[in-house]
Amino acid sequence: MKKEIRICGFGGQGVILSGFIIGKAAAVFMDYNAVQSQSYGPEARGGAARSEVIISDEKIGYPRPTGVDLLVAMSQESFDTYRDDLNKDTKIVIDPDLVPKHDIGRPVYKVQAQKIAEELGNKIVTNIVMVGASMAIFGLIDEEAVKKAVLDSVPKRFLELNEKAYQKGVEAGKNALKKI
Amino acid sequence: MVEVKTADQLNKKFLRDGMWPTIFCNGCGHGVVLEYTLWALEELGWDMDKTVFASGIGCSSRMPGYINADGLHTTHGRAIAFATGIKAANPDLNLIIFTGDGDCAGIGGNHFIHAARRNMDMTVIMINNFIYGMTGGQLAPTAPLGSIATTAPYGNIEPPFDICNLAKALGANYVARWTVTHPYQPIKSVKDALSKKGFSLVEFLAPCPTAFGRRNKLGDIKKHWEWYDNNTILIEDYERIMNYGTEKEKEEVKDMFPIGVFQDLNNPGFFERYEKLVDRVMGGSPKTPVKAKAVVQK
Amino acid sequence: MVYKRDPKKIREVLGNKVQFLLGDMACVYGGLLAGVSFFGGYPITPASEVAEGMARMLPRVGGTYIQMEDEIGSIAAVIGAAWGGAKSMTATSGPGFSLMMENYGFAVMTETPCVIVNVQRTGPSTGQPTLGAQGDMMQARYGTHGDLEALAFAPSTVQECLDLTIEAFNLSEKYRNPVCVMTDGEMGHLRERIVIPDEKDLKLINRVEATISKNKYIPFTNSQTVKGSKVPDFPTFGIGYHTYVTGLTHNEKGFPATDKQKDHERLVKRITEKITDDADKLVKVEKFNLDDADTVFVTYGASARPAETAMEIARSKGKKVGLLTLKIVWPFPEKIVAKLAKQVDKIIVPEMNLGQIYHPVREAACGNCEVEVAPKIGGEMHLPVELLKYLGVK
Repeated sequence: MKKEIRICGFGGQGVILSGFIIGKAAAVFMDYNAVQSQSYGPEARGGAARSEVIISDEKIGYPRPTGVDLLVAMSQESFDTYRDDLNKDTKIVIDPDLVPKHDIGRPVYKVQAQKIAEELGNKIVTNIVMVGASMAIFGLIDEEAVKKAVLDSVPKRFLELNEKAYQKGVEAGKNALKKI
Repeated sequence: MVEVKTADQLNKKFLRDGMWPTIFCNGCGHGVVLEYTLWALEELGWDMDKTVFASGIGCSSRMPGYINADGLHTTHGRAIAFATGIKAANPDLNLIIFTGDGDCAGIGGNHFIHAARRNMDMTVIMINNFIYGMTGGQLAPTAPLGSIATTAPYGNIEPPFDICNLAKALGANYVARWTVTHPYQPIKSVKDALSKKGFSLVEFLAPCPTAFGRRNKLGDIKKHWEWYDNNTILIEDYERIMNYGTEKEKEEVKDMFPIGVFQDLNNPGFFERYEKLVDRVMGGSPKTPVKAKAVVQK
Repeated sequence: MVYKRDPKKIREVLGNKVQFLLGDMACVYGGLLAGVSFFGGYPITPASEVAEGMARMLPRVGGTYIQMEDEIGSIAAVIGAAWGGAKSMTATSGPGFSLMMENYGFAVMTETPCVIVNVQRTGPSTGQPTLGAQGDMMQARYGTHGDLEALAFAPSTVQECLDLTIEAFNLSEKYRNPVCVMTDGEMGHLRERIVIPDEKDLKLINRVEATISKNKYIPFTNSQTVKGSKVPDFPTFGIGYHTYVTGLTHNEKGFPATDKQKDHERLVKRITEKITDDADKLVKVEKFNLDDADTVFVTYGASARPAETAMEIARSKGKKVGLLTLKIVWPFPEKIVAKLAKQVDKIIVPEMNLGQIYHPVREAACGNCEVEVAPKIGGEMHLPVELLKYLGVK
């Protein structure tokens, strides 16, 4: 088994942290091998950023993805830039508020991650909502392992907020699953 | 221990066997700076096991080789950076750097600037002979306007570097300039510099009869040495005249080198600050407020 | 306050035993575990995370981090710190590595133990700062002027970034020579699982300090403590040996001998032979499927990753392909490659450059098999399918 995940958005959205959390959940809190890599331009903020995770039950040689099993997009620009190598089975998860033009003639899972984060009081946890939602949709990593990885990776003073964001994300993901 | 009264006794006590004679030419100022430094060390009574000398490349940089102590003879211009590491590894050591004008103000300028800015705990003794002596007399960044060098055969057109005022502006704790022609103030000044925490600089204006004096028609060794007395003025007098003197007086002194103590502060040195940082971080408070205030504190 | 390695404190600062860690950070962890107490650095992509990690962690274990004014100053301070008694390191990338070359040679000449992590990026010049390459492999070997033997590692996983940094410290202490950890932008910015080795499993080597009486001590000659060792005992500054250390050619006492052919020959032969004598012991390779292989990848660092995948795909299609991954690139494992060349039809050398380690491979193969370089430049590692083409696999 080998699964490849791409999370993309704009710089500053926490795209890399999202990939880090998923990789950590797989490699530290479960028994998978995982590799996470990233690409970004010279900008620290803005621009299209992506983070990629490979999860496998075998040793991982080539550490960059050669296909995409799960695409998570949190900005229009990154969605337009980073979806040229999808296959017919790729699951696509987007935030419809951030990726308004997502009608590409195939089913996409819609999660209003930013809206959920705002309702929790801080847009900054949009990425954590998305991690919860996309992992619930993808179904490879145990819910508990991802939760541990989230709590292990965020600042201590924001633990509660992130835990809530994650739970809301999982719920939203499960709801999105029912719609397709 | 034998009480040191004469230069012979001083040399016997501090210098290394098997390194004589020195590489210095007749009439050179380097040996004198070495002696002044040794007298200062003698008066301070420092433990030579805990005193480390570092140098770069050039005539000045051979000086650690003559002293019976640990010495690191490094690459051109980099001695201050090397010394920073030595001090970091063992802050109990005293660091003295011998350097020249080319080594310190030319190729090593950046290391000098930043060590002074950090108030890095060390004493830099820069011997300024206005020339690259060891390589045969090429143009130095401190060369007076109009002076001749092998690479400035038609006279220097570049304004020279004033390393003391640079160090002063950067907030170095102690900055002084002397000529090698008189012993007493320089020895006291080196002693004061060595006793300081933070960064201290003593610049010596020193003759290089072979590469500078000869080419610039400064006469024989005796006349060359006198040139330094005739072209320097105590900084207090210089400032008084430039502020309050007559035009004639100003005209007379304006091209002279001010000598004396340029700066004498007691700000914390780098390692005092670093130790506080370690204590603070280990005590659980990793952050401090940002201060907008200018860095140099009087 | 001279640093004393405190395993408990180090482990407290490093945190959990199993982590999902960035390659650059793994070099920080390796350094701290090895007992580094001084880091002099200068920011440069893609190596800055090493400096950032050290700036965060070193004060917490009682060590010193100083951000120097440039890379020349960084390596200078690192060498100085070694003489002050510290285990010291710096990290940089291509442009900074180029700047360090003069003092790298000084460390060789003065037999100073220290570690340089080079997170390689593309060049020449500024190149592609955020992207990986392996363009400095020859610079690590021949970049500074004069005769020397280099010691250089090339990690292929994040765990190896940690493990080989510890090894780098061990070799630097053992041979009193600078040691390079030649990672790259790909490895440096990859995250993988690492397991922090337990204290009891750590094998740390410390330099042999001078202990002989001061009047019998000779600073630049064979060890006066370890019989048969060409590595001199280390006279840490401040313990009273009054050693003069110079980058000039020096005699055994350490005094300049700039016009003496014999002194120079004796010195440079000793500082190179202390490494070449041990060349067989210094081999560190990983072998995959070599027994029946007719075609073999010989590679190192990040390039080993796509090569391994390509080998597996080729094997699944019945091709007899093997892989030899070099963990120590310098000294080059000449005997192993020479033996391999007699056994196989073809060696392919994938590298993220236009062919550097290809040259010693070809030299070692000595015409006994075909040797082909598989170059990839532009800041990306080879795709496995690109390497399959060299095997004739579609």
